[in-house]
Amino acid sequence: MSETSKKSPMDMVFASVTGIASFSVIIFIIGILYVLINESSLAIRQFGVIQFLTSADWDPVKNSFGALTNIYGTFLTTILSMVFAIPVAIGIAIFVTEISPNALKGPIGIAIELLAAIPSIIYGMWGLFTLSPIMSNYVEPFLKKITVGLPFVNIIFQGTPMGIDILTASVILSIMIIPFTASIARDSFNLTPSVVKESAYAIGATKWEVVKNVVLPYSKLGVFGGIVLSLGRALGETMAVAFVLGNNHRITTSLLDAAATITVTLANEFAEADTDIYLSSLFYLALVLFVMSFITLAIAKFFLLKAERKYSR
Amino acid sequence: MLEQIELRVKGLNFYYSGGIHALKQINLPVHSKQVTALIGPSGCGKTTLLRCFNRMHDLYPGNRYEGEIHFVKDNILSPDTDLINLRSRIGMVFQKPTPFPMTIFDNIAYGLKLKGINKRAELSERVERALQHAALWDEAKDKLNSSAYDLSGGQQQRLVIARALAVNPEVLLFDEPTSALDPISTSKIEELFDKIKKDVTIIIVTHNMQQAARISDWTGFMMLGELVEFDTTDKIFTAPAEKLTEDYVTGRFG
Repeated sequence: MSETSKKSPMDMVFASVTGIASFSVIIFIIGILYVLINESSLAIRQFGVIQFLTSADWDPVKNSFGALTNIYGTFLTTILSMVFAIPVAIGIAIFVTEISPNALKGPIGIAIELLAAIPSIIYGMWGLFTLSPIMSNYVEPFLKKITVGLPFVNIIFQGTPMGIDILTASVILSIMIIPFTASIARDSFNLTPSVVKESAYAIGATKWEVVKNVVLPYSKLGVFGGIVLSLGRALGETMAVAFVLGNNHRITTSLLDAAATITVTLANEFAEADTDIYLSSLFYLALVLFVMSFITLAIAKFFLLKAERKYSR
Repeated sequence: MLEQIELRVKGLNFYYSGGIHALKQINLPVHSKQVTALIGPSGCGKTTLLRCFNRMHDLYPGNRYEGEIHFVKDNILSPDTDLINLRSRIGMVFQKPTPFPMTIFDNIAYGLKLKGINKRAELSERVERALQHAALWDEAKDKLNSSAYDLSGGQQQRLVIARALAVNPEVLLFDEPTSALDPISTSKIEELFDKIKKDVTIIIVTHNMQQAARISDWTGFMMLGELVEFDTTDKIFTAPAEKLTEDYVTGRFG
């Protein structure tokens, strides 16, 4: 009699319980997607895909809806926040893995993780009550002053510094995503085998040269994956930006103007959606965000997997 | 033959962070332009000793040296030693091949660039010479611009040796350089030692006693952090003075 062909009843129960739990995830995703498509079908039929994505007209009074202002705001805040966050995050990761004395590694690591654990609504409140006045009183007037008369550059700092604008929202968003980017970059840096680093030291490289020529090239795929992953977080972030972005459905070239992102529009406007087409358009907007996040996540996974495969040898 | 001492270890003690006393009162001469092998069971301290010569232990905090290692005239364990300079004079090759994530050419040019050599013509010439030196030129000359990871393990190890040779070090440290390689790659690297020892002093840590017997001129046998015996390789393998050494080289324990 063979031992392997007989399954114990306990094993079968265990297998089905864990199996059901895992499959429910897939069912949830399909369910959410179904609800989004179903609820937005009215708007999809009315506005189509191309028109909805390319129209900057978001006018509840005339029941005319296009997603472009929201997509524009989402991309602009996300990209700006990445520009602010990436250098800082990579700097943190380099310091923690290569430079800081061992005694400091623990505390800094914990501080980064704590930063990641702060609920985003608190970032939003801090942004509104602390950061926003600092931006409108000091930072933004300063930026306006130094860029005055510069062609093109002065366009992006046009308008009155109010502190409720794209720039402030992007700064808050960048502070929020720094911990994610930093900890993924740190993990990627740690994938660099220490013998490879040692052999760079062994031919007389300095710390900076080892980081620049060995650690960074070695971990660039992983770091890139981490960046895209944080980009996904920034895309979907709502509460941190809702307070300080304003809610302005216009495409603006100035970073000192209020704007709207998909998430902020969704958070602000469901309560006032009084017509079917308005409600359906909001669901349509959510569907667009879902697809955008899905694509970014897929790209991130692709790079992280590639990085893992390359260095797991 | 006039024998010069390149490195002289005097009363060396080494403590890892946490206080482990890994090397005890080591005294050892390293003869210039010859091969010195360090053998001994795992954990005996031979790699630890090797890594003292280029102060590799300094990369990790809390490690402590006592005693002296004289390199020509200077004590390299002194706190004012310029480690960057020291490591460009005393190179190191590790157990696993450690090519950098760059092309074959750039791997070798890297150390040269660190030394301030930037002219394309000079770089090309020295890269070629180093690859010739490490017997890799014929295999690599057509793919200098492909990634170093495209080479086989044995070729990667010769690339790493070429990289170490390119900066004209006075001493090369080898930490079990062939233990991750197949027999053919191993014999190619062993042939290399004979060729390069005209120009560079070699210290090699090896598990493989036949290898030590084949390639080295001097052998040190270590156990439990102490240097049990140091003599010419012939003497160590044919008529060792210590009972422990004899037991080890004849395979009675290990």
